[in-house]
Amino acid sequence: MASEISERPALAGTADNGLKIVVVGGFGVGKTTMVRSVSEIRPLNTEETMTKAGEAVDDLDGVRTKTATTVAFDFGRITLDAHNVLYLFGAPGQERFWFLWDRLFAGTLGAVVLVDTRRLADSWYAIDRLEHHGTPFVVACNDFGGPAHTEDQVREALDLPAEVPLLRCDARARASSKTVLIALVEHLARLQKAPELIP
Amino acid sequence: MSRPGRDDSPDRLYTLTGGRSRSGSDAFDLVTLVVTESEPAPGMQSEHAAILRMCRFPTAVVEIAAELGLPVTVVRILLADLHDTGRISARHPRSAHRLPDPDILEQVLVGLRNL
Repeated sequence: MASEISERPALAGTADNGLKIVVVGGFGVGKTTMVRSVSEIRPLNTEETMTKAGEAVDDLDGVRTKTATTVAFDFGRITLDAHNVLYLFGAPGQERFWFLWDRLFAGTLGAVVLVDTRRLADSWYAIDRLEHHGTPFVVACNDFGGPAHTEDQVREALDLPAEVPLLRCDARARASSKTVLIALVEHLARLQKAPELIP
Repeated sequence: MSRPGRDDSPDRLYTLTGGRSRSGSDAFDLVTLVVTESEPAPGMQSEHAAILRMCRFPTAVVEIAAELGLPVTVVRILLADLHDTGRISARHPRSAHRLPDPDILEQVLVGLRNL
């Protein structure tokens, strides 16, 4: 553990503004790979817990149970300048993690939906949720060497509005992941000039 | 090898936070940067002391949680204790709005392009 701490370089004393971008996607789609490829620290892992009233009600005595749900997520860090530090969070896209999303999305700049074109349906829920929250996002198809789909095919399968950027990437490559992040921030800048485009 | 904290019993987490399950406020965002204002004092709870050592340079809440191997929820409570007693200061994210201000976005773009 001590060696891991020393691997995490300290931020400058002037750092005073943390920013968030969330990378969402199905299991095995390469979220952590993308975070790792651009992060200045080895991705760290932590967990969030939430207690909620259980849905199940005992038929006999009607006692409601409370269940604590714990979900782990990865994150990395990019120092942008003397003041701004960007944190990238890799979050599981499955429906049962909705509560983690709600927390992560609060105050986030935007999201990258990482997609495996062989399993497009895995990202439907994530996209629904982002649209519901009004969180701006771009869709990045991680290249797994599967059958090539045209952009139109992917856009149609995901029911993506024309203004949502769709790009291909190789999450293992720093330059490629960086391009995805830049595409997201440029998209944010466009939305700022035309906020009516936000769902 | 399992990560420290993962298999800890809820009892231990309960003890760490003095039985509280809420920090009273959601003031500490995942990316709020925490900075130590005073060195650990003798007899201080070890997790509090660890946070004070860790945050001599600005450190995000989520990094503190990862390094202590504790859930973020528990770390927020520990941070609230330290904040209430003036031992840490918190630099909260500036962009709480729906969209961050144009200057910040421009700074992010410049920073990313310079990577």
